Amino acid sequence: MSGVFAPAPGRAPMRSVVASQIRMELTLTARRGEAVVLALFVPLLVMLGAGLTEATNVPGDDRLAFVVPGVLALTVMSTAFTGQAITTGYERSYGVLKRLGASPLNRSGLLFAKIAAVLGLIVVQLIVLAAVGVAVGWRPHLEMLLPALGVTVLATAAYSGLALLMASLLRPEATTGAATLIYVVMLAAGGIMFAAPDLGTAGWFLLPLAAHAEALRETLSHGGSVPGAIWLSLATWAVVLVTAAARKFRWE
Amino acid sequence: MTDEAVELRDIVVRYGDTTAVGGVSLTAGRGRVLSLLGHNGAGKTSLLQVCEGFRRPDGGIARVLGLDPMADHDALMPRLGIMLQSGGVYPWATAGEILRLFASFAATPLDVDMLLDRLGLRKFERTRWRRLSGGEQQRLSLAVALVGRPELVFLDEPTAGMDTEARHTTWRLIEELRADGVTVLLTTHLLDEAERLADEVVIMRSGAVAATGSPAELTAAAGIDLLEVRAEPGLVPDGRLADFKVVETTPGEYAITGSLDAATISDVLGWFAGAGAQVTAVNTRRRTLEDVYLALTSGEKVYR
Repeated sequence: MSGVFAPAPGRAPMRSVVASQIRMELTLTARRGEAVVLALFVPLLVMLGAGLTEATNVPGDDRLAFVVPGVLALTVMSTAFTGQAITTGYERSYGVLKRLGASPLNRSGLLFAKIAAVLGLIVVQLIVLAAVGVAVGWRPHLEMLLPALGVTVLATAAYSGLALLMASLLRPEATTGAATLIYVVMLAAGGIMFAAPDLGTAGWFLLPLAAHAEALRETLSHGGSVPGAIWLSLATWAVVLVTAAARKFRWE
Repeated sequence: MTDEAVELRDIVVRYGDTTAVGGVSLTAGRGRVLSLLGHNGAGKTSLLQVCEGFRRPDGGIARVLGLDPMADHDALMPRLGIMLQSGGVYPWATAGEILRLFASFAATPLDVDMLLDRLGLRKFERTRWRRLSGGEQQRLSLAVALVGRPELVFLDEPTAGMDTEARHTTWRLIEELRADGVTVLLTTHLLDEAERLADEVVIMRSGAVAATGSPAELTAAAGIDLLEVRAEPGLVPDGRLADFKVVETTPGEYAITGSLDAATISDVLGWFAGAGAQVTAVNTRRRTLEDVYLALTSGEKVYR
């Protein structure tokens, strides 16, 4: 019976380490499926409330063309930022991150796995919301799907970076409070239910949510292309926030 | 670069104004079991945190498998097995999922089913972490530490919260690790655990090393500690026994303490003979690791 524990250390290929971690993140997400469904409740309410009634003032004649892309952008923020910040904060307080830090999974592997898993969840949520939007009369330009997906990936990376950064800097209770507050403020002032104050191009750099929503409107609702300033804004946010998250990331 | 598994030199760890570890040096040779023994708050876990690369020491140099635990974290982790003191697992994942996740991180992991069986976790394979008892969580943490076939394992109070049976299973497992060439560094406040498992014991007191040695060396240095003699009750020692402390613990049972060796024991027994006593039993007792530990950690000699 001797020799069972004879040392043979080594890391599995990084690709399969990360794939395992993504699978675990998705399994745990599916396990709290009711929370994921509930998270769609607010965006649906906003979409139907602001899209089908005259409750708010929106620019243009086509209310759905304005509201639906905004709701999609809001959902990306809700899942990639608010949800992820809260989950990661608690994972740290449970010691899960420390345990992972004591394993062959390195920090860039973990950050990549988290962003990839949350992107998977977001794609599912967006398909559901877009389907409801189409059912009530939204007519998206599907030929512009690719650039729309591109800005969505950048936005997801930026929000995830901010979420992981906050979870590294704040205690879990503070992370939960701050992430929820930012979500509510953005819901109100982010140009989703009604037009945000027009800050021009500067606004796109200050408010990634407004920039993402505008890019989705331009492409999906109007069949146009993404303004260069929005590409630049979202790419900058993504690079800055993901880099900061990787720098400041703490296992403990 | 050394060939030792762990080498710490003058390690200092501070939390604000509190010094948790105040200049500790120690060496763990490859393939050996080293036990850090001390009360809670003696600095054991802080020292382990430095070895695991979770904390940068405020002073001193740490080398683990010849590497810097902070700077070489990514290169070091696949070679280590780390059992943390508590928690550290997704509360909603099952025991089987957790162990398989960590197995999948390793190039040549142990057989997960074998580990589940060995640690008595088979029937909890589909149980979520938060529903496991403290002892079951500990066993799963141990399995997670071992699954990657590490060459060096850090076990922070591995048997805390385990029942007697699980404790013995764990001890046998650690003995088997040693036999298979794995280096083990474990912290404990259980003396029988240290005495049974460790090749070398490092006794820590308030962040410093109080004594180092094998369990046999630590107890042998103290020599024979107690001489028990049974004879008639009521004997009164005279000046010949002035160098010793003689107590009649119960009528006819005498406990003699002091500097005891073959010559002085012969003097003591000579006194009993001279007093015309009928000696019916003589017994010597060596100090146990517990006596040594209590004496060192309380700062005074303790006899029993």
